Amino acid sequence: MNGAGVRRFGLGLIPWVGAILLWYTVRWSGFVNVSLIPAPHQVAAKFFELLTKEGLLVDIFVSTRRVFFGVALGILAAVPVGFLLGWYRPARTFADPMINFFRALPPIALIPLVIVYFGVDEVAKLVILFYASFFSGVIVMYEGVSQITPLYIRVAQTLGASQAEIFRKVIIPLTVPHILTALRVALGVAWATLVASELIAAQRGLGAMIQNASTYFLLDVIYVGIICIGLIALIMDMILRRITARLLVWQDRVVA
Amino acid sequence: MTKRARFENVSLSFETPKGRLNVVEDVSYDINDGDFIAVIGPSGCGKTTMMSMLAGFQRPTTGNVLFDGRPVAGPGPERGVIFQEYGVFPWLTVKQNIAFGLTLSANRVAAGERDAICDHYLGLMGLSDFASSYPKHLSGGMRQRLAIARAYAVKPQFLLMDEPFGALDAQTRSNMQNLLLKVLETEGKTVMLITHSVEEAIYLASRIVVVTARPARIREIIDVPFAYPRDESIQERPEFGELRSYIKQLVMDEYRAQQAQMRPASFSE
Ligand SMILES: Nc1ncnc2c1ncn2[C@@H]1O[C@H](COP(=O)(O)OP(=O)(O)O)[C@@H](O)[C@H]1O
Ligand SMILES: [Mg+2]
Repeated sequence: MNGAGVRRFGLGLIPWVGAILLWYTVRWSGFVNVSLIPAPHQVAAKFFELLTKEGLLVDIFVSTRRVFFGVALGILAAVPVGFLLGWYRPARTFADPMINFFRALPPIALIPLVIVYFGVDEVAKLVILFYASFFSGVIVMYEGVSQITPLYIRVAQTLGASQAEIFRKVIIPLTVPHILTALRVALGVAWATLVASELIAAQRGLGAMIQNASTYFLLDVIYVGIICIGLIALIMDMILRRITARLLVWQDRVVA
Repeated sequence: MTKRARFENVSLSFETPKGRLNVVEDVSYDINDGDFIAVIGPSGCGKTTMMSMLAGFQRPTTGNVLFDGRPVAGPGPERGVIFQEYGVFPWLTVKQNIAFGLTLSANRVAAGERDAICDHYLGLMGLSDFASSYPKHLSGGMRQRLAIARAYAVKPQFLLMDEPFGALDAQTRSNMQNLLLKVLETEGKTVMLITHSVEEAIYLASRIVVVTARPARIREIIDVPFAYPRDESIQERPEFGELRSYIKQLVMDEYRAQQAQMRPASFSE
């Protein structure tokens, strides 16, 4: 790592150190019952214990896999649908109220219905995550696509481009940024929905771990679960941002 | 002289929420091979609309717009367009932008020739050092030159330019005008240029079409008495000054008419 890299890394570390200090301060301030807040070092110890003895990695893997497939399927459906809605104004007028209706429904509210129709196994969780990713992704896609100016298409036409060439050489490159944004938004929403989806009687997964811990009042386990969810979401977002920066070097936006 | 393009009693109106808006009204004129037509008139009067009918983006409401004797049915590579907003593709590098038209099936050339054409225009437009940069790194003047290079690369017989130098500073603008004259001299094209600068119109054009406040009608068509090749010295000639005062007066009249037209509209909003 070069000097600037070290500096940036250091700067990025400061708020985390601050958060941990604040955590200790709150714990020892005397305003709260110490037994209600496990100390950071206790949580860290629990983390290693879970990791080595209780198969935390399996929970992480199961949850990540659910989010991954939920988002992948959701975005796979959201891209063409969002594109069509963004591209054809009449389609939008027609479908807009309906999409907003479904998007406004919190996925958690659908859990009882999903249990009735899909049971309590893996499919049910996938359905919930699919639902959450699809509706958040579709909105981003169609709002982005509907803002593509016709100017570039006109330019391509005056240079002799056919319909197929316009689609391949102009519309696709202009759509890629919106697909990536939709992916990021969907990932965020999917992680937020994960715990809810794993409340459907999941055996494993970070949400299930938190849920089980709460019945036995194992606060340190709950903390480990929450921190893991946050960290994995952060890592996924960082990876996606790297990919975005790679694919969209041409954009004005500064991507960190 | 062969007739390239022809406006035949062309009118165009838009349906708007506030009613019918007449934008172009009964316009007729011919553009011959090798002509350099400058269209000048107040902003918002309908110049871009007039050009976009020849480019193939708008159909006249009545009348005909002909190109090579046939009604214009849509845009095509024989009519290069340089848009007011440039429209360089931000996701392609400078060189890829120039090559864009040459990769299309309508004007595909072998990779070697494509490279040669790109390099030629990169050099001509002073963009060689930026061949692999993205447009976000270019200044306004460079983007404009890129848009011109991209349009030239597919070798259109006819160039439509919509206020191409309007957003440039005076120095860049004058460089671009001289470059355009130089390119026309070597590559001989027919040009229709929209401008709001009287000096630019006289310096570049062989004929100037002055249009009225909206709806755009023809106020007067003026032949410019200077032979090509031209250089900046013609701007010192007395005829240049006389022509300039005459056209400025016409344009000013129409500008006032256009202002008078806009004022009540803005009150009612
Ligand atoms: N598609 C459209 N629908 C409705 N009005 C339009 C449309 N395009 C242009 N206009 C109106 O037509 C008038 C002339 O526009 P334009 O040709 O762009 O003028 P100019 O290029 O001379 O500045 C303007 O008042 C503009 O608002
Ligand atoms: Mg205009």
